[in-house]
Amino acid sequence: MRVVGKPLAKVDARAKVTGSTLYADDLIFPGTLFCKLLRSPHPYARIKHMDLNAAKAVEGVVAVITGNDLPVKYGILPISQDEHALESEKVRYVGDPVAAVAAVDEETAALAAEKIRVEYEVLDPVTSIEEALSEPVDEPIHDYGGPSNIHKMAALSFGNLEAGFAEADHIREDVFFYGGNTHLPMEEHSAIATYVDGKLTLWSSTQTPHYVHRAVSKVMGLPMSAIRVVATPHGGGFGGKTDPFSHEMAVCKLAMVTGKPVKCTLTREEVFYAHRGRHPVLMWVRTGMKRNGRITAMHFKTALDGGAYGSYGVATLFYTGALQTTTYDIPAYRFEGARVFTNKAPCGPKRGHGTPQPRFALELHLDKMAEDLGLDPVEVRRRNYVKPNTTTVNWLRITSCGLEEITDRVLQASSYVNRQRAVGHGMGFAVSSYLCGAGLPIYWNSLPHSECLIKLDRGGVTVYCGATDIGQGSDTVIATVVAEELGLWPSDIRLVTGDTGFAPVDLGSYSSRVTFMAGNAALDAARKLRNLIAEVAAESMGCSPGEIEVGDGKFGTLSFEEAAQLAQERFGAISTTGSYRPPDLAGPYKGSGVGPSPAYSYSAAVVDIDVDPETGIIKVNKVWLAHDIGRSINPVSVRGQVEGGVYMGLGEALMEEQAYRKALPKQPSMLDYKSLTSIDMPEVETILVETNDPEGPYGAKEVGQGPLLPVVPAVVSAVHDALGVWIDQVPVTPDKIMKALDAKTKGQAPRFGPKSFPDIAYPQYVKVDTPHVATQAI
Amino acid sequence: MSDSVIASFDVNGRSREVLVKSYHTLLEILREDLGLTGTKHGCELGECGACTVLVDGLPQLSCLLLPHQVEGKEITTIEGLAGSGDELHPLQEAFVETGAVQCGYCTPSMLLTAKALLEENPSPGRQEIAEALSGNLCRCTGYEAITRAVELAATRMEA
Repeated sequence: MRVVGKPLAKVDARAKVTGSTLYADDLIFPGTLFCKLLRSPHPYARIKHMDLNAAKAVEGVVAVITGNDLPVKYGILPISQDEHALESEKVRYVGDPVAAVAAVDEETAALAAEKIRVEYEVLDPVTSIEEALSEPVDEPIHDYGGPSNIHKMAALSFGNLEAGFAEADHIREDVFFYGGNTHLPMEEHSAIATYVDGKLTLWSSTQTPHYVHRAVSKVMGLPMSAIRVVATPHGGGFGGKTDPFSHEMAVCKLAMVTGKPVKCTLTREEVFYAHRGRHPVLMWVRTGMKRNGRITAMHFKTALDGGAYGSYGVATLFYTGALQTTTYDIPAYRFEGARVFTNKAPCGPKRGHGTPQPRFALELHLDKMAEDLGLDPVEVRRRNYVKPNTTTVNWLRITSCGLEEITDRVLQASSYVNRQRAVGHGMGFAVSSYLCGAGLPIYWNSLPHSECLIKLDRGGVTVYCGATDIGQGSDTVIATVVAEELGLWPSDIRLVTGDTGFAPVDLGSYSSRVTFMAGNAALDAARKLRNLIAEVAAESMGCSPGEIEVGDGKFGTLSFEEAAQLAQERFGAISTTGSYRPPDLAGPYKGSGVGPSPAYSYSAAVVDIDVDPETGIIKVNKVWLAHDIGRSINPVSVRGQVEGGVYMGLGEALMEEQAYRKALPKQPSMLDYKSLTSIDMPEVETILVETNDPEGPYGAKEVGQGPLLPVVPAVVSAVHDALGVWIDQVPVTPDKIMKALDAKTKGQAPRFGPKSFPDIAYPQYVKVDTPHVATQAI
Repeated sequence: MSDSVIASFDVNGRSREVLVKSYHTLLEILREDLGLTGTKHGCELGECGACTVLVDGLPQLSCLLLPHQVEGKEITTIEGLAGSGDELHPLQEAFVETGAVQCGYCTPSMLLTAKALLEENPSPGRQEIAEALSGNLCRCTGYEAITRAVELAATRMEA
């Protein structure tokens, strides 16, 4: 390998350090109008009347639109088409948009938006999971789902659960709560649209231009061929920019109405309302275990606070039950879950999508079972680890799996086993697993998940791919793959990505799919191009194509430019295409679409902390994170993703929470929403383990999301190690630790956390035949 | 035009005079009137640090500065960090090499804050770097690679 696996600079880094990268809000066209949205001040209300006259009368206002102008509903999932760009009948959370103004400048637009008179009939808001489960005071938030404010329920059962529990020597139940939090991207969402000659173009800070393209087409009533969506260089996503948003629809409509370019950039406060962040999840888990630590059965129940709209929530719901089995070989497993609507900003996908919450619960639950049985918590895990090339009880195909090796490496590096024991000092260990791309697209279709087109012209290589670089380095991955095959440097490759007008389809930057899927598509196209050039070079050199050595800017003895020239003379215009479609991996049951992936990454963390028993304040000393990356395409970028994931996991474990008081957001500002600063961040030691996945490009797997997952339970486990109390609810703020210590002192259960799980009338579970063969003796 | 004023200051070594609203911030003037979009905004409330520029060599939040507060001052933005031509500043080189740039949105502010730090303290320790950068939020990197980059640049600049 000449460039794969080398610590080369990212292809877009130079532009970013010189300030020349153009993000969405940096774009402006002559005559651009500025858009402001008017948002609901109420968590739940009926709109009785709207008067736009005063707003329209403001000098400099060009257009004012409402829900009447955008009547078509949309939503990211086909089964949750429950959003209007602007609501005209009912608002469902503080921040729900109801009108949009376009004016000559931002100030005028904001002034005019304030002059719109909206008469509301305030309804009784639904503020919690418990309230959503009971009979609503007013009408349900949506006219689908139910009973009460339940959005969707799931109930699946694999293997013989009762027999599994009957076989157990020890059975334990625990309840956990994972608080909701938000992405907090540094860049506020921004979009700008033009409408010229019947063609609409939208530049937006989106992670999913393809899905936005589809949604804009539906809402505007234009064919997809008349629309181009460009994902601009991205100032941070983490899942927060994967839905189609009101401001995107508003600028499109206003551009069509006014014939002018229209731009909308959210304020920081609005970014908190746009949200789509981590679902708060209440969880109950019951596990049966043999005396030796082997799991015999597990029953897992979840209740998700979805906020006001569907978003990705049905997928999130299934994800809270899907990946328990990709780390542990569970012979019998039942999952029951419910997502409810409440009058809070809509939740959606955040880094780890629906899996950090159950991972937190599962890892701590296993710690507690180990403690009950007097077993070492690491050994309990090892006894249940899945093995490579097996199938889980819920039909997930495991291929490469570095669980044993990441465990060995992280324990060795951290000296976890021989850790210093002292009151107030603790270390915690946890493992996790994540997808390398969702095995199924969001809407049913059998197109490739990623396509790539490479053009060779006048000695230059241009790669067109729909993949969207959100800072994670996907452009660098694609350039590196193509450069490797053509014997060039990544910086030699010109990229056109995230552009539905020019690049073939890629489903977007979500589910950690880009390296695996777009990487494979690029590899496919690049190998075809390499073969064409090698054929011509071989003819010229009088040898066979197989004998042509490619690398260092050369094809055999020819320079790349000479070989490219010969190829163009021979074939005329040259382009090759590549595509990737994951194998059909879904199990034979409804709900099996969430969980399958062509490969799974594995992460293991050890966290070292000091916690002051007088104040409950935690200081994180160091985090060791071992990750099964399959293979690093660029080790510098991979390390960056690990460190970023650890950072975000620590934030969720210690302080980040999107909190509400009676459905009013408590902290819609960056000062009040606490996140780690450079002072709070501990040292991170990254350990990369290469398992060389058989289907990943050059063996590569994901790293964007997985490393966050074990960090949260490892922190809580370390708190227990330090003080002997369980904090079964994140974020682990000092007050929770003090309450748990207080309970311990009083001789009560030494814990803080939810006391019970509500009685939810889940539907009768679907009993699924399982392909499972136990890989470890019971 | 009663609420308009002439703002006059140096930006990246060039003297500028701009007719602006008296209540517009330096951030708005740089981005909207002078086309220097390398300076970013993340909150416009002085919370995130993304809009940091150097005012007479010291890091300041451009979203909290009004024209009269920068009258006659020397402003350095990210566009003025590198020398002329293709050369990058050692900090920029180090950020590129160590992977300190992910989405890149906080990067200009981190670079300028680090530049001011190294001018005051040419060989800072990790803690001093962390303290200097603590007003600049980053959501991608966990600050680790940024700290390494500043250390690397400091070593090279000392040599």
